[in-house]
Amino acid sequence: MNNIPTDNEVILGILNNSESVLKRLYLAYFPMVMQLIINNNGDEDDAKDIYQEAIIIVYNKIKAGDFELSSKLKTYIYSICRRLWLKRLSQINRYGGDIKDFQEYLVVEDDAENHSERDLQFTKMGSALLLLGEPCKTIIEEFYINNKSMQDICEAFGYTNADNAKTQKYKCLQRLKKLFFQQ
Amino acid sequence: MVEHKLLELIERYLNGELNSEELARFELLRQENTDLNERIQAHKQFTDTIKQYGERIELEKRLNAFHQEIDVHALKEELTVHPMWFVKLWRNHHSKISVAASIAIFAVLMTLIVSGYFNNRETNYVQLKGQVAQIQKTVNGLKTHNSISHTNNNLKTSNFRGTGFAISSNGYIVTNYHVINNADSVYIENANGKSYRTKVVYTEPETDIAILAVDDTAFKSLGNVPFNIKKGESEIAENVYTIGYPREAIVFNTGYLSATTGFTNDNALDSTSYQVSLQVNPGNSGGPLIDSRGNLIGVISAKSTRMEGAHFAIKSSYLLKAIQDIPSDSLSKPLNLNSRNTLAGLSQKQQFKKLKDFVFMVKVFKQ
Repeated sequence: MNNIPTDNEVILGILNNSESVLKRLYLAYFPMVMQLIINNNGDEDDAKDIYQEAIIIVYNKIKAGDFELSSKLKTYIYSICRRLWLKRLSQINRYGGDIKDFQEYLVVEDDAENHSERDLQFTKMGSALLLLGEPCKTIIEEFYINNKSMQDICEAFGYTNADNAKTQKYKCLQRLKKLFFQQ
Repeated sequence: MVEHKLLELIERYLNGELNSEELARFELLRQENTDLNERIQAHKQFTDTIKQYGERIELEKRLNAFHQEIDVHALKEELTVHPMWFVKLWRNHHSKISVAASIAIFAVLMTLIVSGYFNNRETNYVQLKGQVAQIQKTVNGLKTHNSISHTNNNLKTSNFRGTGFAISSNGYIVTNYHVINNADSVYIENANGKSYRTKVVYTEPETDIAILAVDDTAFKSLGNVPFNIKKGESEIAENVYTIGYPREAIVFNTGYLSATTGFTNDNALDSTSYQVSLQVNPGNSGGPLIDSRGNLIGVISAKSTRMEGAHFAIKSSYLLKAIQDIPSDSLSKPLNLNSRNTLAGLSQKQQFKKLKDFVFMVKVFKQ
């Protein structure tokens, strides 16, 4: 379980939705990133945040099919975390101008930038959904995220007919859009 | 309601749920209405964002589950680069340490100031002239000597004492410049307590050499000087001794030559001096430094306060040079250096016996 997966194993595993490969990947490189963060003004929670962001970037890149490994995966993950942490440090004004490194690293500006743009979208979506309130939030989640049919939703929410449910869903979606774009 | 229906249509279109008839109508609508394509795109993008958001939340849940299995605390202990204990101490207590250090520095400075430490500018270089505390005593002692009593009635101010040695039988005496510097009158006193008045015939402040001539009718010839002045340089580890007056009595001390150079206050090399290791004290200044074969190799001049046991002696070659540099009109009587060494081969005890009559206490009176 704790053995480090090879880079190819990781790519194939993620493409095939292998839970165990993702877990082995996660467990393999966390200590490396933890070392980087806690020795550069961060704590264990910062380490977790940064590392998970990096894993998500890797995960999405592999899923999107445009992941070309120009270095070892380990180096890539380290570089992403380093980049993200530097950015975080300067945001919270804790960046003293130099960082203690423990690995070699690459320049990964673009990947980190794209990621943070998407992250912003998701943050907005999260808070929009929260503001939306029930039952709208669940209706939207069930339909658009969990791919439930209108029939299932209709039954679960006790709507007398599917049209009412559809009207309700339409109103919810319009409100969600409004909340989302207002931010 | 039209909006509502249209959106449903778009969704079904995107999901590929339209039947062929509906699809044909929808395609027609798309061609007529150019806005529609944009609306389809916008809707797709938005619902994709919702879906991806959901996937992200799901992925984060999975990662959090993995994270639960890591013993973060143990890992943190293991991975932290632990600073040295004194760095930790500093980080945790730097304000307290700073205050304590400030107080300590202040206390030391105050102590030094109060004790007059800074009054002596030559902090690590103490010249070895002894300051005699009991002026009156010395003055009284001098008064008992007939030949000089008439000159010293009004001496009341500070007194200094050093050592000097004869380099000729007719009473030319070598001592340190710093011993007789600013003196109003200089006397020498031999081991038997006899004092003679002298005058300063030549000084060389840069090498700290002074040459006195006895100017006293009570003075009798000393006989042949038993040592000769070495022209060359001596070597490290040479056994040496000195005779001087660190206190009221004559004192003999031995040691060895530890370096062929000395150093000055600011740590600069002083090639005119030897560093010697032997027990000397204030009052030894101006005493002869003699090697085991009875050659005069230097003149005791100073000690280092920075390095325990380090003392300095002016090299004999600079003494010879100073002697040569005496202007001939300063010499009231001929200065003939002894070239015969009658100490060689004698034991230290015998050497001392022969030498002691040529070593004098130099007494300095200042107004």
